[in-house]
Amino acid sequence: MTKKAARIYRFTLLFLITTLIVYAYWSGLITYVFNNSAKLLKLIQQHLLLVITSMIIATTLGISIGVILSRPQFKKYQGVVMYIVGLGQTIPSLAVLALAMSLLGIGMVPAIFALTIYTVLPIARNTLAGLNSVADDLLDAARGMGLTNWRILWEVEFPNALKVILTGIRLALVINIGTAALGALVGAGGLGEQIFTGISFLDTKLLLSGAIPTALLALLADYGVQILEKVLLSEGLK
Amino acid sequence: MIQFLVNNWQQALVLTGEHLFIVLVATGLAAVIGIPMGILISTNEDLAPIVINVANIVMTIPSIALFGIMLPVLSIFNVGLGTVPVVIALILYSQLPIIRNTYTAIKNIDPSVVDSAKGIGLSTWRRLFEVELPLALPVIIAGLRIAIVMNIGIVTIAVYVGAGGLGKFIQRGIDQVYEEQIMAGALLVALLAIAIEGLLYGLEYLVTPAGLREERKND
Repeated sequence: MTKKAARIYRFTLLFLITTLIVYAYWSGLITYVFNNSAKLLKLIQQHLLLVITSMIIATTLGISIGVILSRPQFKKYQGVVMYIVGLGQTIPSLAVLALAMSLLGIGMVPAIFALTIYTVLPIARNTLAGLNSVADDLLDAARGMGLTNWRILWEVEFPNALKVILTGIRLALVINIGTAALGALVGAGGLGEQIFTGISFLDTKLLLSGAIPTALLALLADYGVQILEKVLLSEGLK
Repeated sequence: MIQFLVNNWQQALVLTGEHLFIVLVATGLAAVIGIPMGILISTNEDLAPIVINVANIVMTIPSIALFGIMLPVLSIFNVGLGTVPVVIALILYSQLPIIRNTYTAIKNIDPSVVDSAKGIGLSTWRRLFEVELPLALPVIIAGLRIAIVMNIGIVTIAVYVGAGGLGKFIQRGIDQVYEEQIMAGALLVALLAIAIEGLLYGLEYLVTPAGLREERKND
């Protein structure tokens, strides 16, 4: 039965991809992409630059915040900080970008700043949740073996919390790629430029040449982190 | 910013109303599709992973990209811009939280409760409406809550495909580099999300059967 389900699934996927290609050809998209490949590549590069820079900063920051808040001496601030994080996530991404623009002007810097702030939230929350979920017995056992606090963190807490942390990073990465598309509005370039110009001129080719790569990028990133999860997660925790 | 809101309170009210209207209509339609879907896949183990996977993939597509992809298709029917693409996008995005929560809620019902319902001779439909759905309702409403809060954020972006709502303040604020207007828009969207989230938390509590409330508190 599951085999049949898998076959239906694959068939639908194939069907969808074929329709997409036919549709793309019919709308003249393919010729457009060939003629403007240099420009599109540049936009993809800009998009990736935005995403990667902000992700590196946000991951470092988010994991550090999570680790600090999970230490015994800072535990009492957990509730307050998580409440603020929750409130922060109700602010729309577009507004964060817009405010960064009025603070830092236009260009890549405000976009990276806004993306970083917006991505720190899910990463910090999941890091904290992951570290909090590590069983106390494990920590006791590690302490009993005489491990130092650092080694407990690296060798016991992180490996056990990894799944939840990576889920946070995956979520953040997907949100980040989508929000980076809005970066075009504050002059940061990226694939959003094609989408927004496409909307203004109601030009299908422009629209799709921006929207499809953005969607694919998000799907690929999602899939990539899932694979990373499989590789990094220790055998016993799967 | 306060000054801006005081001077433009009428428009702020209209935009908030528009924003709320789009979100509620879309989430309502999404619930009409999503909840039966969740119930259906809770009875079919083969279908469940496929449906949830597809909903997951849809959720991964960035909203602005989805608008971009839908626009040319919907233009064929002359509704490429405006409220229609937004409502469709919101319905698609809402499927994951609604279906997933309905599915897990029904799956997590104590099998002995279902067995006793069978034992007293309830038909499948009456078992669904009188036993399973009341027990699952709080979790289903939690799914709706997640969907609505997410949708409030997405509608803000939808202003660029011609939907109304509070995104207008932010859009105009960006165009005119008018900080107070951006902040006013952001504040109103955040307040709207927080208010609705609070309301639905309350609803979740109200529909939790009295016997289960204590149990949940202890969780």
